[in-house]
Amino acid sequence: MAVDYKELKKGGFMRQRQKDCFSMRLKSVGGHFTAAQLATVQQVAEKFGQGYVHLTSRQGIEIPFINVQDIDDVKKALKAGGVEVGVCGPRVRTITACQGAAVCPSGLIDTVKLANEFDKRYGGRELPHKFKFGFTGCHNNCLKAEENDMGIKGGVRPEWKSAACIYCGVCAAVCPEKAIEVDKTAKKLSLDLDKCVYCGKCIKSCPTDAWTGENGFVVSFGGLYGNRIAVGRHFLPIIFDEEKLYEIVDVALKFFEDNAKPSERFANCLDRVGWEKFEQAVEEVL
Amino acid sequence: MSEAWKIDDTIDITDVVCPITFVKVKMALEDLDDGQILGVHLNEGEPIQNVPRSLKDEGHKVLSVSQAADGTYDLVVQKGGREL
Repeated sequence: MAVDYKELKKGGFMRQRQKDCFSMRLKSVGGHFTAAQLATVQQVAEKFGQGYVHLTSRQGIEIPFINVQDIDDVKKALKAGGVEVGVCGPRVRTITACQGAAVCPSGLIDTVKLANEFDKRYGGRELPHKFKFGFTGCHNNCLKAEENDMGIKGGVRPEWKSAACIYCGVCAAVCPEKAIEVDKTAKKLSLDLDKCVYCGKCIKSCPTDAWTGENGFVVSFGGLYGNRIAVGRHFLPIIFDEEKLYEIVDVALKFFEDNAKPSERFANCLDRVGWEKFEQAVEEVL
Repeated sequence: MSEAWKIDDTIDITDVVCPITFVKVKMALEDLDDGQILGVHLNEGEPIQNVPRSLKDEGHKVLSVSQAADGTYDLVVQKGGREL
């Protein structure tokens, strides 16, 4: 029987150096696995693999040393235990996320919920090359949004209410970008929004809640961290509406589909075709 | 410092790094009564970015922050000054 490697790769089977052996990639969204799923993974790794798993760089699990003859049985066992197989190849890949606002005190957006919604809408979609989404809850960037073809970071645009302010100066002191200036004697405060990175440190530190703000999404495009290293670029203002975010994703994926050569990553496509052209396309839906 | 706070105690945390910075501040605050005032001398960078937020989270109120010529900061904080 001829082995269709391409089809297997699509279904998460990564060919190994060893003959007839595959590293079985499992589906992961936002790096969450239930304890019950892990029990299934354990059973499969012990029965069909070599009793260990590999944790991937994108929050996934692979079970190495699955024999080609066992593939159907492995798929059946995983499915019965509530574990799906992952994807590889030229399509939307594993969507990663930090724990986000549901768990982390610093989180500004519900990264895991968003990752699941993105997976529902875009997971596995065929494209000219791999395409990675990553969600990080705040400016601390534990999930490294800018490594992704499209990164989404939680942010907050601060607003100041003079009535509550005691001009203590803590916001100016904690601001990493020096975007806030406080004149304690004249009781004056200024915020330079062009310098603001939407980290929300002013809001979180303000002793009188004079700083408030609306949480939103800070989006970057064209990150790569493989053969070529490129940091995802920011050119959009902070986005507050989740539906708007999906419109932007639709434009980005369509642009990639329409403009990329086969096996050309998003960043390389943008460099070749022109970022201005892409920026224009995105700005049309803002 | 221009403001006329009556400082009840002071602590220098420029010789430690996070998270020990906040642990030391917490211990110093434990020795005070609600409403009393602690002066905290701390470094720029992580300490100034994190300590005020932790104080807020635990219900204390920063009254004033000032930066010295050497880049260090002086915080004036009132124990239990915030309603949680």
